[in-house]
Amino acid sequence: MKDEVQSPEDRSAKLKGMGCSRKRVEDVRFTQGRGNYVDDIKLDGMLVGDFVRSPYAHARVASINAEAALAIPGVLAVITAKDLEPLGLHWMPTLAGDKQMVLADGKVLFQGQEVAFVVAKDRYAAADGVAAVEVDYEELPVVTDPFKAMEPDAPVLREDLAGKTEGAHGPRRHHNHIFTWEVGDKDATEKVLAEADVVADEMVYYHRTHPMPLETCGAVASMDKVTGKLTLWGTFQAPHAVRTVASLISGIAEHNIRVISPDIGGGFGNKVGVYPGYICAIVASIVTGKPVKWVESRMDNLMSTAFARDYWMHGKISATKEGKITGLWCHTTADHGGFDACADPTKFPAGFMNICTGSYDIPVAFLSVDGVYTNKAPGGVAYRCSFRVTEAAYFIERMIEVLAIKLGMDAAELRRINFIRKDQFPYQSALGWEYDSGDYHTAWDKALKAVDYDGLRAEQAQRIEDFKAGKTRKLLGIGLTHFTEIVGAGPVKNCDILGLGMFDSCEIRIHPTGSAIARLGTISQGQGHATTFAQIIASEIGIPADDITLEEGDTDTAPYGLGTYGSRSTPVAGAATAMAARKIRAKAQMIAAYLLEVHDDDVEFEVDRFVVKGAPERFKTMKEIAFASYNQAIPGVEPGLEAVSYYDPPNMTYPFGAYICVMEIDVDTGEHKVRTFYALDDCGTRINPMIIEGQVHGGATEGYAIAMGQEIAYDDMGNHKTATLMDFFVPTAWETPHYTTDHTVTPSPHHPIGAKGVGESPNVGSVPAFSNAVHDAFRAFGLVQSHMPHDQWRIWRIAENLGLHS
Amino acid sequence: MSNKMHVKLTVNGEEVEGLAEPRTLLIHFLRENLKITGPHIGCETSHCGACTVDLNGKSVKSCTVFVAQANGSDITTVEGLVNADGSLGVIQEMFREHHGLQCGFCTPGMITRAHRLLQENPNPTEEEVRFGMAGNLCRCTGYQNIVKAILASAAQLNAVKEAAE
Amino acid sequence: MIPAGFEYHRPADLSSAIGILLEHGDEARVVAGGHSLIPMMKLRMAELAHVIDLQDIGELKGIELGASTVTLGAMVTQHELITHEGLAKAIPVIREAALQIADPQVRYVGTIGGNVANGDPGNDMPGLMQCLDATFTLFGPDGTRDVPARDFYQAAYFTSRSDDEILTRITIPVPAAGTGQAYVKQKRKIGDYATAAAAVLIGNGTASVAMTNLSDTPVYSAEASEALANGDIDGCVAAMLASIDPQEDMRGPIPFKRHVAAVILRRAIDSALSRKS
Repeated sequence: MKDEVQSPEDRSAKLKGMGCSRKRVEDVRFTQGRGNYVDDIKLDGMLVGDFVRSPYAHARVASINAEAALAIPGVLAVITAKDLEPLGLHWMPTLAGDKQMVLADGKVLFQGQEVAFVVAKDRYAAADGVAAVEVDYEELPVVTDPFKAMEPDAPVLREDLAGKTEGAHGPRRHHNHIFTWEVGDKDATEKVLAEADVVADEMVYYHRTHPMPLETCGAVASMDKVTGKLTLWGTFQAPHAVRTVASLISGIAEHNIRVISPDIGGGFGNKVGVYPGYICAIVASIVTGKPVKWVESRMDNLMSTAFARDYWMHGKISATKEGKITGLWCHTTADHGGFDACADPTKFPAGFMNICTGSYDIPVAFLSVDGVYTNKAPGGVAYRCSFRVTEAAYFIERMIEVLAIKLGMDAAELRRINFIRKDQFPYQSALGWEYDSGDYHTAWDKALKAVDYDGLRAEQAQRIEDFKAGKTRKLLGIGLTHFTEIVGAGPVKNCDILGLGMFDSCEIRIHPTGSAIARLGTISQGQGHATTFAQIIASEIGIPADDITLEEGDTDTAPYGLGTYGSRSTPVAGAATAMAARKIRAKAQMIAAYLLEVHDDDVEFEVDRFVVKGAPERFKTMKEIAFASYNQAIPGVEPGLEAVSYYDPPNMTYPFGAYICVMEIDVDTGEHKVRTFYALDDCGTRINPMIIEGQVHGGATEGYAIAMGQEIAYDDMGNHKTATLMDFFVPTAWETPHYTTDHTVTPSPHHPIGAKGVGESPNVGSVPAFSNAVHDAFRAFGLVQSHMPHDQWRIWRIAENLGLHS
Repeated sequence: MSNKMHVKLTVNGEEVEGLAEPRTLLIHFLRENLKITGPHIGCETSHCGACTVDLNGKSVKSCTVFVAQANGSDITTVEGLVNADGSLGVIQEMFREHHGLQCGFCTPGMITRAHRLLQENPNPTEEEVRFGMAGNLCRCTGYQNIVKAILASAAQLNAVKEAAE
Repeated sequence: MIPAGFEYHRPADLSSAIGILLEHGDEARVVAGGHSLIPMMKLRMAELAHVIDLQDIGELKGIELGASTVTLGAMVTQHELITHEGLAKAIPVIREAALQIADPQVRYVGTIGGNVANGDPGNDMPGLMQCLDATFTLFGPDGTRDVPARDFYQAAYFTSRSDDEILTRITIPVPAAGTGQAYVKQKRKIGDYATAAAAVLIGNGTASVAMTNLSDTPVYSAEASEALANGDIDGCVAAMLASIDPQEDMRGPIPFKRHVAAVILRRAIDSALSRKS
């Protein structure tokens, strides 16, 4: 056989396993327009549903008149809360222990809220129906500011909670208060702050924004009245969780619900939650007996499903005169909108905000978070973020800069002297996490060297001189960030969503001819799971990645898992994949030993085969072993070659990185240009460098948008001001910076293959890098803190307030 | 409600006919009447370019064109850019080669736009590619690999052209 | 985002188009490229019973270069303006401005006529046409009349064109050889309207300035133009600032807009001066 003369290295390369930039298998479909997204689904007799939405942010719904709508040809039904009430579906539970109106039940709490659901033969008739439904509203006083919402005489938003002093996360102390969450040692922290040489005290706002995947949310529900089975296709980042939730709230037995996530056009956290559109599509299908599709418009999307951030973070950080950090205190006011619909693990009402000690060895810390209702859309999703890690990273990376100003120190040096040292890992943080691994100093030094940090500072000093001398009107900002993420939620002992433990799963079946299919509990939304998870299997059991089909998203076939968000796919499902593959390899070893007539311990795995130790010419390839598993009666070994693994991670993983942004700022117009963006990521073992690099480009671009202009803005009346892509900033290729990527590799010690996850790091890390660059440009002129987004007028305002225009 | 009109188009080289209300947007006619689902709907306000098709030799956002306006025209979608033998066209292949896509939702519009861009400017600079692709939004890639893929497509298309001459 | 139903007309000549307009009154609107009107219809902010598509009307097409004037058919697209070499030579500022409008796809279908006729204060061409002292030709039931661009705009979406008239041609005097021309636009991103934009011509002893999206109409200032013609840049900027009336929007508050209006105007002046010979 030709195969026999190939070296292990050659055979290994043929597998296209871990570490190689394997081209994506998904792309053959996508590049020719053969993807299958939810709006591509077309079923016989399918109807379309669309919402009547509230034009007001806070109003009573006095009456709904559907007569004119129902008279329009093609309009079949108009569903209101009154119709849903007998089914108990006019409200639904949120992932955060609150409940949310499916359709307006007596009042509306935000502009764009779902009021009635029009079902029609196509989307044109549905739109005509929506336009014809007459709703009488009585306007109520609006509150969009979370601080004003907590004033004694603030309007009562949630009348359904009247008198309830206990919420899902403890006591409520005001009618618009949701929860208080506290972590850390309050007394010790306050004592350290009181006695410190230096304390920096600042409010850091991470403004409201939106994940805005290019594909909006949608679903197709099809109730088969003959079989009693409901099939639900949709943009679900967690299809199994959707099945369980759908069963619990609809009363349909879980085995009679099949949830399918087809191709998903980006998720970024927008598609984790359960939305009224899903519920209404299901109800409409049950009522009409026909499949019903609901796909939101972009305006619907930006106005109603899944905002992110909106955290007012008041921080105090203390240090010695030499810059050694001694303590960190943070109080966050979290604006949740009309309903608390955050997608956080149950025990973490503010997500993993308590990673806010960042990359630094901070001996004592205290964090408290108050959740507040306002007349804005619900959401609070983890937008390319592991549950408020973005907010936490932004907070600490701003506080470090503010402290550097207070100390008169270089911010790079301040970071360096406070990093957790390599020899301190595993490191117990003051706010309760065990950081699994890290080597921050190595990454930091590599990053500073790569951008010629000292040279940049010298150039900046010269620029400031030139500016003062009137030779230029442009300033230079150097934005530094060293972030530590916490991803891979998570250990079932402390991570669950609605009581579902956050493990994940993989099932692998090897076919007789040596190819395979693997199914996972996760679902790709562009991450390339079909490519990378096959690479893990290829390396683990020696079957070429090209011979492995990967399937996700169909709850009738895939093993149960909690889905894809929070950078959890590789840390959790990736681990499950490796563990399932190892089970197969263990069985394959027994089969190989039997075929080679030696003891199990006398064979060893080598790339794609088991060889007899000391006799490399005697071996059985995985292909031969696979066939044998189906046609040989092997004593004590069951036929077939399959395995499934449900992986409960022992800990989270802690990817980290060093990002540096160099930005030119036009003082007169507020315009900016990113000159350099350097991103060093350490995500542990690297499965596919090409895909990692792509993730970094994309995440950093989302971060660029957020930092430099993207926001969900409301006026005082609660009118949404950024509901189309005219005003909701999504950069084009023209504005988007060029990125230089780099890496170090510090494998996770507890993960089977040492991988940590990377999808969210660039969003977490880039936002403070961009924002710090803006701040840094003006540091010499006295700027300490200015809130994002740093769009042109806000940058102009910084310069104006510093007197740079006179 | 208005009456339906008779619509006749050439789509990817094939003549197609159908009945549609004049207000039907071209993107809906393609996707729902003709089941050509490559072009996608991303924003509906002519900002994102996911619905881009080639209409009489121009890149057009089909969410902002009534089918009545397009009546009689010659349309190419991403489906029409595959080679005659069904293999991926050069731009499609280069997007794959250079990881110019992730979720794939913007990709049909991107590739269709890139096709027209390279027809008009066979040797674009990176800056020209970025400017010429600025009508198409992507949320996944940060554009860097899209730009790379288009520059690589240009080089390959030019090499093929030279070889043929 | 679905428009209400309408009846569609595609007349082959101008008189037929006017006939349909007359028949249906304000229930009818003409559509050129449609990238202003169709989004409004999709939002149901414009509901029309009749849409008159002008694409088949030959009289509305073409770019004619004369010795002293350039004539643009109303249906000439931004893309045609950009790619027309002769036009770029005669009046280069038109290409410079057109390249800063919207994005490539929109420029293939967006027309000069649509851009100037609908009275959207955000559009770039009205200000430029005022700067260039263009004349708009309107065709209606009573025949043809010419209106100077500088007199055309009354308020946002209100112009001196009556509902039964169609803008057919734009006639632009070719600036004298050596005239410095510039169009400078500040915007948030590709595809955005101007935060502030300035069109400037500077010849020998002559000048013209107009600005965009800083009032409910484009702003041509005779006083600013005259000051600039006299070499008084500060006077030009001061006169322009006295003429604009920007409103707050997501691009920023009024003081910011007033500030950048001056900055952008100065940059346009610098650019025009550097191109003057």
